[in-house]
Amino acid sequence: MNPSILYAVITLAVIGAGSGAILYWVASKFKVEEDPRIDTVAEALPQANCGGCGYAGCRNFAEAIVKTGSLDNLFCPVGGDEVMKRIASILGLEAPTMQPMIAVVRCNGSFQNSPSKFHYDGVKSCAFAHITFTGEGGCPFGCLGQGDCERACSFDAIHINPKTGLPEVNDKCTACGACVKACPRNIIEMRPKGKKDRRIFITCMNQEKGAIARKNCEAACIGCNKCVKECRFDAITVSNNLAYIDPHKCTLCRKCVEVCPTNCILEVNFPPRKRTTQSDSPAEITA
Amino acid sequence: MLKTFKKGGVHPHENKFSANSPIQPIDPPQKIFVPLSQSLGAPSKPVVKKGDEVKAGDILATGESFISSYLHSPVSGKIENIDDFIDVSGYRKPAIFIEVTGSEWNASVNLSDELKEDITLEGASIIQKVKEMGVVGLGGATFPTHVKLMIPQGKKAELLIINGVECEPYLTSDHRLMLEKPREIITGTRILMKALGVTRAIIGIENNKPDAINLLSKHASSYPGIEVCPLRVKYPQGGEKQLIQALTGREVPSGKLPIEVGCIVQNVGTAFAVYQAVQKNRPLVERVVTVTGTNVLHPSNFLVKIGTPVSALLEKAGWQPEKAGKVIAGGPMMGKALLNADVPIVKGTSGILVLNGKESLRPKVQPCIRCAQCVSACPMGLEPYYLARVSEVEKFDLAENGAILDCIECGSCQYICPSARPLLDHIRLGKLKVNQIIRSRNQ
Repeated sequence: MNPSILYAVITLAVIGAGSGAILYWVASKFKVEEDPRIDTVAEALPQANCGGCGYAGCRNFAEAIVKTGSLDNLFCPVGGDEVMKRIASILGLEAPTMQPMIAVVRCNGSFQNSPSKFHYDGVKSCAFAHITFTGEGGCPFGCLGQGDCERACSFDAIHINPKTGLPEVNDKCTACGACVKACPRNIIEMRPKGKKDRRIFITCMNQEKGAIARKNCEAACIGCNKCVKECRFDAITVSNNLAYIDPHKCTLCRKCVEVCPTNCILEVNFPPRKRTTQSDSPAEITA
Repeated sequence: MLKTFKKGGVHPHENKFSANSPIQPIDPPQKIFVPLSQSLGAPSKPVVKKGDEVKAGDILATGESFISSYLHSPVSGKIENIDDFIDVSGYRKPAIFIEVTGSEWNASVNLSDELKEDITLEGASIIQKVKEMGVVGLGGATFPTHVKLMIPQGKKAELLIINGVECEPYLTSDHRLMLEKPREIITGTRILMKALGVTRAIIGIENNKPDAINLLSKHASSYPGIEVCPLRVKYPQGGEKQLIQALTGREVPSGKLPIEVGCIVQNVGTAFAVYQAVQKNRPLVERVVTVTGTNVLHPSNFLVKIGTPVSALLEKAGWQPEKAGKVIAGGPMMGKALLNADVPIVKGTSGILVLNGKESLRPKVQPCIRCAQCVSACPMGLEPYYLARVSEVEKFDLAENGAILDCIECGSCQYICPSARPLLDHIRLGKLKVNQIIRSRNQ
C-alpha cells in the first residue's frame, strides 16, 4: 500500500476530529438558550402559517405566547378553541374561548342584480380596479369581482362564482382574515358562525342615498329603516344610509329578512319557511 | 442632429389626423356643470349658491389654500345646484350645475381680439393675476400655475421652457394654438419671463410640426431672449424632466423639482392662458380640445367652454357610437378611458380620443421573457419589469428602493412590451402604496 494514501487518510482524520472538537466546544459555549416550551407550543399549532393570529407564522406566534406568558389577546383562529385549550394546558394557563367566526361577503351585486355597464380590460386585480374605476356594475362600494380574496386565501375557502361574479365562502374557512385584508373595499367581514351555522347579515356596503344606490344595483341597502323598526332586540342600526346587524344582539328571528324591500338581508342555513315568501335571488349565495 | 433626451423613449404612430383642422368655437349646451376639483391640490370652495345669477367670467369658487385654484363661470346663467356628478372613474364628485341663458361677459373682461403686447404689470402682481384668473398647467397635470411661478427661497430660476412638444400621438390642440395664436403665445412667454425674472426662454417643439416652428421662430426673432428649438420626435419628450434634458442637457435629481436645475417648464396652452389673464383680464374658462380617433368622421380642434359635456363634442365631430370601443380623455399613451360620455370637459382635458371596438382592446397578456425592452424604453432609467413584479407581489420596500416614485407613468414600457404585460398598471398601484407607506412613516 502506498504510504501517501495512509498519510492522507490520517491527516484528514486528524483535521476532522479537530474540527469536530472545535465545533462541539463552540456549540456548547455559544448555545442559544431557548424555552423548550416554544417547540411544544409550535407543534400544537396547525402549522398553516396563515398570519391570521397577527404574527408572521405559527412559530412566531408560539414565541409570543411563551414570552408573554399569558393568552390575553392571542388567539389562533384556525385552530380555534380546541388548539387554544391544548396550548393552555401545556403552559398551565386558562384557555380563552372565542366564538367560531367565518368570513361573509357583504355584497349582492351579482350580474343579475347589478348588470355590467362597462367592460374592464385591465389587470386582474381588485386593488388596481378600485383605484381605476367604480366597477363594471357602477357601484362604488360593491364587489369588483377580480378575485383578490380568492388569491389571498390559503385554505381554498373562497371562490368567485362565475355565474354571479361574486365570491362565495365555503365551510373550509378558518377565519384567518386574509381575504378581509385583501379586499380593497372592505366588503368581507368576520362574523360569528352562529348557532347551527345560521347567520343573518346585510349584503350591502353602499353608503349612498337610496335612490342613487338603487340606480346601480337592485339589491342595494337603501337605508329605509324598515328592518330597524321591525327588530325587537335593537340589533340593527342605520348609519350613512346603510344598515348593520350586530351579530351579538341578533337572535336570528328572521323578521328583518321579511320586511327588507330590496332583499339585501341574507339568511344562511335556515330551514325553508313554512309559508313560502319571495326569497329567491339572495339565496343563491351560500356564504 | 436634432436635440432629444438621452435615455429611453419610444416612437408610436403619430396619427395627427386633426393637424389641419382650424380651431372652431363650440356653443355650450343648455346645461353645463363645472367640477370643483379641476387642478392638483385642494378642491376649490364655492362662493355662489343655488339660484344665483352669474355672468361669464364671474368667480364660482375660490382656491385660497396653498395648492388650489380659482374657478370662473364659462357662461352666463343661473346656478341650478351644487351637487355630485359622476366623474370619469364613476365616483361621485361635487360640481356646480349652471343653466345656460346666454354668453354675456363680466364687464371687467376685455373681449377684443386685438393684440396687446405691452406688459404693464410687475412680477408679483402678474402672479396674483394668474392666480385670480384660475390659470393652471394645461399640459394635462393641471398644477396651479401661480404656485409654479413662486420660486422657493434659496432657489433661482434662470431659464423658462415653453413646452410645445405635444408628443402624445393623435393630439393637435397645442399645435393648432401655436399656428393660430403665435404672437399671443410669445407675449405670454414674455409675461412669464417677467414674473420669474429670467432673461432666457426656449420654446421646445418637435420636428413633426415644421409650420409651428417656422411661425414661432419668425415672431420670436424680435425678442433676443426667446429662442425656438426644434426637437427630434420621440415620446415622452413633453414630460417636464425629459424636455429639460433635451434642451439643456441637465438632469433633474430624483425626487426633486425642475427648479433644482434652474428651470421652469410651462405649456404653450398655459402661456396663452397667461396672456389672456394678464393682458385681457380674461379668466381660464375655455380651452382647445382635440376630438380625434379612427372612429371620428371629422377629427377637429374645438374651443370649448369648461363644463361642456364630452358627448356634445363627440356629436359635433361625427362619432359612430355603435362602432366605438373606448372613449379616452387625453392621448392614447397617458389618457384615461371614460365611463360615460356625459362627463364635462375640465381644464386638464387636452383631447378626446375615440377608438374603434377591436383596436381599443388590450392584447393577450403573456409571460415576461426578460427581453429588457422596457428597461431600454424607460425615459427615467428605471427597471419597469422589476417594479411591476415587486408591486404585484406586494414587496413595496423593494419597489421603493427601486425608485418607483420616479416613474412618470408615461406608459413607454407597456407600449414596447412584446408580451403585452400590464407593467404600468402594477407600477401605478405600487406608487400609490409606496406613497401611503411613506406618508404613514412620516406621521
